[in-house]
Amino acid sequence: MQISQYRCVACGNCIPVCPVGAIYIDPLVGRAQVNQDECVECFTCFRGMSKEHLFPPMVRAIRKVAKAFRFRFDPEPDICPTDAILPQELQWPRIVRRAFSDPQVPHESTGIHGRGTAEVKTNDVTGRVKEGEAGFVIEFGRPGVGARFRDIQRMTQRLAAAGAEFEKNNPVTSLMTDPARGLIREDILSEKVLSAIVEIKVGLEQVPAVLQIVRGVSRELDTVVAVGVSTRCDARGEDPLARLLEAEGYPTYRGKTNLGLGRVTRQAVV
Amino acid sequence: MTNTLHRWSEHYAVERRPAAAPVENDYIVFAMATRTLNDDDLVAKYRTFARLALRHTPVNIGDATKGGALRPQPRLNPLAHWRRQHRPDPERVIREIDGSTTMAAVFSRFEDMEAFVRDLRDAGLGVSINISAPMEAAHRCCEEAGIKRHSVEYSLGFQGRVERLPDRVVLEIGTMCGHGMIAHNLVKKLLDWVKEGRRTPKEATQYLARFCSCGVFNPARAEQIFDKARTGTS
Repeated sequence: MQISQYRCVACGNCIPVCPVGAIYIDPLVGRAQVNQDECVECFTCFRGMSKEHLFPPMVRAIRKVAKAFRFRFDPEPDICPTDAILPQELQWPRIVRRAFSDPQVPHESTGIHGRGTAEVKTNDVTGRVKEGEAGFVIEFGRPGVGARFRDIQRMTQRLAAAGAEFEKNNPVTSLMTDPARGLIREDILSEKVLSAIVEIKVGLEQVPAVLQIVRGVSRELDTVVAVGVSTRCDARGEDPLARLLEAEGYPTYRGKTNLGLGRVTRQAVV
Repeated sequence: MTNTLHRWSEHYAVERRPAAAPVENDYIVFAMATRTLNDDDLVAKYRTFARLALRHTPVNIGDATKGGALRPQPRLNPLAHWRRQHRPDPERVIREIDGSTTMAAVFSRFEDMEAFVRDLRDAGLGVSINISAPMEAAHRCCEEAGIKRHSVEYSLGFQGRVERLPDRVVLEIGTMCGHGMIAHNLVKKLLDWVKEGRRTPKEATQYLARFCSCGVFNPARAEQIFDKARTGTS
């Protein structure tokens, strides 16, 4: 993302709006700047802020007078008064940042918006996670910290070494050069994203071991890790997972429940 | 996408207290289709979902590709600083549904969610329907609606460099946009403004809701949190 140096009036409204704190006012030029290494191209500033289209020199003049008298205008905090935020055309590998950070861009590998994963949300139709199995969604960088692929790879390598199989229809898996070893493309390892999700599926009996690996590796990373674990319920609608997780010391207060109301409605194409 | 899974509450504090207060004002129901299996007539299915939701007074509805009932305004004039339209527009959400997406409806009362789930059960849309809420509430809803749970997914909370996370009030509000579009610094700024009396909890909530790009933000819960924080009782 960029900020037009002509249009910017240094009002500072965009600074707290950035989820990763990449925007700041440069006192030397009196304009907002974007730290390009920290910016994750989530488009929050561009899309989330409301806009006025005021004449920048006029706004700067008014602000200068107000500043001289130490007056402070109390504007709406979510408005860019001069429409100064400008997206730039992204090239590889930077384009990866937007793919993982802007939820309104669908992932090519899955066609799903957001972080590009279906988890068990469509399990009633796909049957991806079966009884006796556990699906893990291990999310890096959330909430509001961000993560670099180098950190994500540390986890995928350890999981791969433990025999985990990565979900094929997953955006991170699609960027792996060697899923058997958990290796991610070298040219994106320094790229920072708002969050990315690694998905694996294991037997329920392996859940404690995977949790131990995730807990151990998480301590070595420079980001936060959010973990979700899923399973298929039995014929009575009950699941053995909650007790298993609680025995490992994890909270199970909140989650998602697939109601089983989905079904295949498209006719098969012969 | 796990945009509703990890909504923070005291139950997920690093040092958990045994008697964390239950979350009784935040229930999300969403619909999701699977490519090539049940994504036929999606616009009609999703519009039915949204119309059924509106019968039960949701506090927000949203389309993951377009946003919620309150969206950014791209062409404002300076009068917006004094007279600004803040009314949510659920009809726009329904009108602009154009195909592949995820639809969500957010409720602040269990009874409303349960009534909506009953309607969805009877409507037989064929797309996958999920509840994202405290697990006990979702379980109870299924039992009362005569539905057997198909699959479950538990949030285990946050680990790793948790010292990089903000305080609990900011987390509780900020994680209501799981995509991370609501910046922690903006929540902090608005908390200060509410405490200083420069904005009301309702106004602060309206600013934040516009940033949530899929409509799962719960303005009713956020307003209550802002209100508690205003007097330092949160």
